[in-house]
Amino acid sequence: MPPEKGLKMRKVVIPIGPQHPALKEPESFNVTLSGERIMAFSARLGYNHRGIEKACEERTYVQDVYLVERICGICSHTHSTSFTQAVEELAALDVPKRALYIRVIIGELERIHSHLLWLGIAGHEVGFDTLLMYSWRDREVVMDILAELTGNRVNYGINVIGGVKRDLEGHHIKDISKAVDTLEERTKYYIDIATKETTLIQRLSGVGKLPHEDALSLGATGPTARASNVARDIRQDDPYAVYSELGFRIVTDNHNDVYGRTLVRLGELMETYRLIRAAVNNLPEGPIAVKAPRKIPEGEVFSRYEAPRGENVHYIKSNGTDKPERVKVRAPTLANVQTVARMLEDEQLADLPIVIAAIDPCFSCTDRMITVKDPDDSNPRGIIKWDDIRSYSIGLYRSRGVDFSLLNKKLAEKLKC
Amino acid sequence: MIRPGKMIKQVLQSLFMKPATLLYPFKKSPMPEHFRGEIIFHPELCIGCQMCVRDCPSRAIKIKKTEDNKFEAEIDLGKCIYCAQCVMSCPKKALESTKEFELAVLDKSKLKIIFSADPKKSSDSQKTP
Repeated sequence: MPPEKGLKMRKVVIPIGPQHPALKEPESFNVTLSGERIMAFSARLGYNHRGIEKACEERTYVQDVYLVERICGICSHTHSTSFTQAVEELAALDVPKRALYIRVIIGELERIHSHLLWLGIAGHEVGFDTLLMYSWRDREVVMDILAELTGNRVNYGINVIGGVKRDLEGHHIKDISKAVDTLEERTKYYIDIATKETTLIQRLSGVGKLPHEDALSLGATGPTARASNVARDIRQDDPYAVYSELGFRIVTDNHNDVYGRTLVRLGELMETYRLIRAAVNNLPEGPIAVKAPRKIPEGEVFSRYEAPRGENVHYIKSNGTDKPERVKVRAPTLANVQTVARMLEDEQLADLPIVIAAIDPCFSCTDRMITVKDPDDSNPRGIIKWDDIRSYSIGLYRSRGVDFSLLNKKLAEKLKC
Repeated sequence: MIRPGKMIKQVLQSLFMKPATLLYPFKKSPMPEHFRGEIIFHPELCIGCQMCVRDCPSRAIKIKKTEDNKFEAEIDLGKCIYCAQCVMSCPKKALESTKEFELAVLDKSKLKIIFSADPKKSSDSQKTP
């Protein structure tokens, strides 16, 4: 219930994270509250930075495929496909059709596992743990299929530059069809629940509103945007692999809230089953990989991929050697995290977990390099020495009233003893 | 019709169902066909081309020449990410992925496995099939 007019509450700022029992990954949120109502919300990323982009520059293209695959644990195939696509474009490789079909099949199976995982987490965040148990049990079906096809449940390692590592055989195709049939039946049941179960509808409806215009202006991607009726999907806008042959249909919804995002993801699951069936039925014969050169010709390339969470972008600059000069990754959560502040405006504090979970955030994917801008602009190249960064941070904390010099002295004395 | 308790039938049904989980470690689910587990090395096949060393993303493998045409491999399982790129890179199939995944040890030094050309010296002789 909104507070009565004239009743003034003191503003309270609650820091959540970076270390917090309710958070699965380290990230920091500052929530300004008036009573139970959220007045302002700010997110700070950067606690999970692993230096993957820099590490990519130190390794060869062959090694980088495995490194970028480990950016994300849930959508690892999206990163490795995006990366290999980019390198193949630079090297002007003609990747066999069969390899592209296999990539699509694995990518779509991964989408099933990611969306079922999200459904479970969403259920858990609103206290509907039965849904968590059921959707995660069904997720095992697709995980087993992925293990059967690629060898492992996560980090499939199926992509190589120039194609894929493992071929699909007759019994694999039978297994996929069987699993897709089971999952389709289960998903129909979940759609039935989502449209008929009052507790779920009432809990999710009207929570985390993101109007169509805001979704466009904040640059939301993936199911977050599609639930605000933004018909944007890389699989249709800029088809990669063989999506143009499979006939893809965008799933959108105009609820603009968490309920809409649930419906979009469930609808996408149904579309994914159709895509997998189409890909399996049209699987062409032929080789699964071409030999790739070790040295990639000079050039720049930009590769887009529709990950389960939204648009995933890889930029690669090559200088003609066997190592890339620059690799830049933009994971979908970075595009979506800004929308959370808009979604939480004037919402209840209790809605915070589900609203954050509704964008399906993956913070470790998002944590990339931070650029420190020189305020005087005397240093146009933006290179800051280690000592300068140190004195800058000391100054910053002093201006906030935190002085570490006493602590440092004590520490030095202790170290002497 | 919109009504609460849509899942209640399913919940009651599952009271009489077998558990979805396995009693690990007493029962183990079989590993998939292409599973990428512990890497083993066949010294007799190695030609010392160092391709595996060059392609390893985590620099976990080292090949040393002990005698003429005899090579030994040192694999650091703590560094290995089990991507099996070395198995792919090897032109002579001297490296192989096994289905072994229970690799936890209490002593960190045991993670370094030396596959010697001389079978007596090998620290992993009992594991090699």
